Amino acid sequence: MTDIREVLKERILILDGAMGTMIQRYKLEEEDFRKGWFEDHPSSLKGNNDLLSLTRPDIIKAIHAEYLAAGADIIETNTFSGTTIAQADYQLEKAAYDINYHGAKIAKEVCEEFTKKNPNKPRFVAGSIGPTNVTLSISPDVNDPGFRNSTFEKLVTAYSEQTRGLIEGGSDILLVETIFDTLNAKAALFAIKSVQDELKTSIPIMVSGTITDASGRTLSGQTTEAFLISVQHADILSIGLNCALGANALRPYLQVLKAKAPFFVSAHPNAGLPNEMGEYDESPEQMAAQIKTFLDEGLVNIVGGCCGTTPEHIKAMADLVK
Amino acid sequence: MSLHPDYKGKYEYKWSHLPNLKLSGLEPLEVTPESNFINIGERTNVAGSRKFLRLIKDELFDEALSIAREQVEGGAQIIDINMDDGLIDGKMAMVQFLNLIAGEPDISRVPIMIDSSKWEIIEAGLQCAQGKCIVNSISLKEGKEKFITEAKKIKQYGAAVVVMAFDDKGQADTYERRIEICKNSYDILVNEVNFPPQDIIFDPNVFPVATGMDEHRKNAMDFFLATRWIRENLPGAHVSGGISNVSFSFRGNNVVREAMHSSFLYHAIKEGLDMGIVNPSMLEIYDDIPKDLLEHVEDVLFDRRDDATERLLTFSENVSGEVKSKTADLSWREGEIQERITHSLVKGIADFIEDDMEETRHLVKAPIEVIEIYLMNGMNVVGDLFGAGKMFLPQVVKSARVMKKAVAYLLPFIEATKTESKAKGKILLATVKGDVHDIGKNIVGVVLGCNNYDIVDMGVMVPADKILAKAIEEKVDIIGLSGLITPSLDEMVHVAKEMELQKMNFPLLIGGATTSKVHTAVKIDQNYKSGQTVYVLDASRSVTVVSNLLSHKKDEFVSDIKAEYEKVRVNYAKKKGFKTYLSLEDARANRYPIKWDKKDITTPKILGRKALKNYDLQELRGYIDWTPFFHTWELRGKYPAIFEHETMGVEAKKLFDDAQKMLDTIIAEQWITANAVIGLWPANTVDDDIEIYTDETRTEVMHTQYGMRQQLKKSAAANNVCVSDFIAPKSTGIKDYIGGFVVTTGLGIEDKLAVFKADHDDYNSILLKALADRLAEAFAERLHELVRQEYWGYETKTYEKGELIQEKYQGIRPAPGYPANPDHTEKPGLFRILDATELTGVSLTESMAMMPASSVSGWYFAHPESHYFGVGKVTIDQVERLADAKGIPLERMKRWLSSNFEEA
Repeated sequence: MTDIREVLKERILILDGAMGTMIQRYKLEEEDFRKGWFEDHPSSLKGNNDLLSLTRPDIIKAIHAEYLAAGADIIETNTFSGTTIAQADYQLEKAAYDINYHGAKIAKEVCEEFTKKNPNKPRFVAGSIGPTNVTLSISPDVNDPGFRNSTFEKLVTAYSEQTRGLIEGGSDILLVETIFDTLNAKAALFAIKSVQDELKTSIPIMVSGTITDASGRTLSGQTTEAFLISVQHADILSIGLNCALGANALRPYLQVLKAKAPFFVSAHPNAGLPNEMGEYDESPEQMAAQIKTFLDEGLVNIVGGCCGTTPEHIKAMADLVK
Repeated sequence: MSLHPDYKGKYEYKWSHLPNLKLSGLEPLEVTPESNFINIGERTNVAGSRKFLRLIKDELFDEALSIAREQVEGGAQIIDINMDDGLIDGKMAMVQFLNLIAGEPDISRVPIMIDSSKWEIIEAGLQCAQGKCIVNSISLKEGKEKFITEAKKIKQYGAAVVVMAFDDKGQADTYERRIEICKNSYDILVNEVNFPPQDIIFDPNVFPVATGMDEHRKNAMDFFLATRWIRENLPGAHVSGGISNVSFSFRGNNVVREAMHSSFLYHAIKEGLDMGIVNPSMLEIYDDIPKDLLEHVEDVLFDRRDDATERLLTFSENVSGEVKSKTADLSWREGEIQERITHSLVKGIADFIEDDMEETRHLVKAPIEVIEIYLMNGMNVVGDLFGAGKMFLPQVVKSARVMKKAVAYLLPFIEATKTESKAKGKILLATVKGDVHDIGKNIVGVVLGCNNYDIVDMGVMVPADKILAKAIEEKVDIIGLSGLITPSLDEMVHVAKEMELQKMNFPLLIGGATTSKVHTAVKIDQNYKSGQTVYVLDASRSVTVVSNLLSHKKDEFVSDIKAEYEKVRVNYAKKKGFKTYLSLEDARANRYPIKWDKKDITTPKILGRKALKNYDLQELRGYIDWTPFFHTWELRGKYPAIFEHETMGVEAKKLFDDAQKMLDTIIAEQWITANAVIGLWPANTVDDDIEIYTDETRTEVMHTQYGMRQQLKKSAAANNVCVSDFIAPKSTGIKDYIGGFVVTTGLGIEDKLAVFKADHDDYNSILLKALADRLAEAFAERLHELVRQEYWGYETKTYEKGELIQEKYQGIRPAPGYPANPDHTEKPGLFRILDATELTGVSLTESMAMMPASSVSGWYFAHPESHYFGVGKVTIDQVERLADAKGIPLERMKRWLSSNFEEA
């Protein structure tokens, strides 16, 4: 297996685009989310996209393949909500390990096919670790600012299980992403360190935060640099930003990371800001034109897409680095 | 020169090949060789501050937070937090305090130093801070193994660490022991734990000097030498210490202590000390230390003479706290006329202003010039000082009083010459329909008036059509709306919609206690596109907002506001997405579970109504909670600590003295009348509703109080509470009770306000209203006590005044329309069964505001487990069920609950 650290020294790598946007194209029904695994589950599962790696692996593999064909070097597993905490909304805590293990396994299979076809362009699986639906730094109850709906320890437990599934399923990278509360991310990094020590692995870690507004802060209030300092203790491969904003709006904060971080820098922005209807309408060409400025400026080492991006967007980016 | 014989000159950093120490709160803090000295706030430490300990012990976390805030505002770059005390649960207190700090961006912007001798407290703290912290501290005291385990954990949590010079043989108390332990600790951390060297901070023990014991004579010197050795020999490591220890033997003599701290720091920094836990207010400027005192202090620090300690002790007796005495100084009356006018305005002195006006009037061509030149010059000084935060609102209102008095004196002369003063713009202000609260609006009027804007004040309860007609008639430049109760929010939306309908383009200002930037952006701004809506946080911001809106920078200002509100809306939409809600049915299933037991319920001594007329105001005075009074004046601090506040203290005290004087008169001359009525009745609960019965047979329902239940999905341990959970359900067969009350202290106030108005005296007018509000709250507090101890009679313990303010007693008195019970339409029922309008003189407006404004109403719940909470947002099923049960059309019910419900 080629070492991604070496590849990154030589060229810019392309990360894939949105999973949810692609799944929507299939117009799936309730039964697609149950097939073979959760036939008798008492509540509705439609919309729990992470389950599709188990119930409709054919679809998830097809999406991975589309992105790889478009030129992505790294694909993200379909595991963004694969923690017991996020799955609790569907009473599917017990499915968490399987979501991660199989999510990584099928992504790995597709990657291996592509690598085999063209060994000069090795493909990598990034195990996606989302922020969960709880916040350790923010009270969900405005009347009780000291209240928290979870604890660091509970998140460490949940993230440990996810990490173990992702590593045992064959992930080449772990990607802690869409970080809106740095304390959640610190719990994920704490869990990853413990699991890696236990499994005696040292899979590279990508960390990607989310700037939620034009003041340049995360939802939990940190500036980009404060965020960087808060996660810098972990042995990480790259730090970056994703989601919430379009490419142009991310630029000043990527500049901060480029200047201050002793790591590679990544970016996977949305296809612009959502319009009034909540849709992302930046075209592949528009987005590529903005990404080109990142490349010209030497801001990023890994680039890809978040909400609203498609294989067409990724192809436009891949064409830039050819 | 260096104090250390092996090194020369001031310490210079020599490890620049290593990264700098970087820490973070919400913002980064990088310790660079140029940083000189990082000061760490020491007052949020239960071991070091008796006050902080008391606040934590009493769980007064709000006040404890204000200590943290003051430290950051006072310049602390890191705050040290310590909860090690035998009488508190340190782990719980640390978690709670750090969680609260996380919600206070003006505190959490700086990094945190988690200070404890207990590992479990340190670890709990590390799990609550998103930024990169410092752990204070670990050491080799309990052996190498424990030291390594803890260091590894700290590294995994991503924190820097303070290492104490302490090992299994004890605490280092000589130069040699200090460097031996630090070297040993450093080697273990760097070589065995792989700890980043720049993240290591040594504390080589600051011990007291001048204790009279010979073995302490070298304490300061040894610290200086060890500091230098560490910085020269342990690559990247930093040195810190608790500075105030050094002057321990001079407790009570702050002059000497401050001199010792400053001198100690001055020399330690030269030797390489780059951080320290200090109290910035306990530091004298080194150059300002009297030379003779400095010499005596440094003799001790450097151990320069055998009799150094005795000499300093003798000397210190002559320098202990001198207090300068004050006498009224009238020398300013000898200055130039402009200086005198400015002085009167800035200091709020009205005594000489008429004489000065008379004198000035003869110096100018037209009397209007006195205003345009002399008074405006003075008011500009006031405006500048206020803008720079060097004057506070009560002072500005006093300045305005002088200004008005001056203008009133000049007016007859001006009218005789028929010229007109040119104001900077005309602002219409109104409290919206259904609302009677106007203190805030009046303050805004005064502040804008002081800044030479013309104010058209339409008073209270002004309907939308009147506001808009007046705006056109008076050709105003801006409209400002104010309100305090939640239905006013909806009325403001209504005014905005009307303005849109009429295609008006007046800028619209929104202010008042329940208004917010979020509500303005999401609900008002969206409905008024033909002009710009601006939320104004408080009176002091109103000047900037108005001047921007009326200047050539208006377009730029408006586009900034638009961008900001768009952001607010996006964030709001996003945050909304994070929350999930239970159906009303599921929420009911998760009700607050009380184990019903007859033992917990006391039958009231009296049942039915009781009216108290013309209650003794002198008695109520003792029940006043003063902190909110200062908030009214935008002096944000707690009483009585506010008097000690560095910048606001003096003005707060003056305001307080004025308030005491007015209270004396209010009571002596019976300016206002205090009336109240209470009722106590048999009651039981059915689902979310409380049935109130005419008598103990419990056969006839006199009134049903409809409760609102929390629907936010919570953690497994938390419940979805409704006030009715605190009354025994009918199905238990247990006989329970409820009470209700209305109090007012606003009767008669209008006469006095009219007198102040005639005298152009906004200061006293606002003061009177604020005091009446405080008395109403005090009356509610006193009445609740009477109910608990006599009328209901379930309370035997007597509480101190402070405990009353903190609501330590059993039972609650939530008001309809406030968080526990947000449905304002519950008020008419309460008023009806109390016959409140007849018995107290308080009536309700169409928005359910009480008139007079200085009134309080609510329900009494007595169960030991009853407590305050906020209902928060609810979903449509609950709105429908309330509309249905109460026979109110759904659309109207939605409007009443618009603060708690919004359409998906």
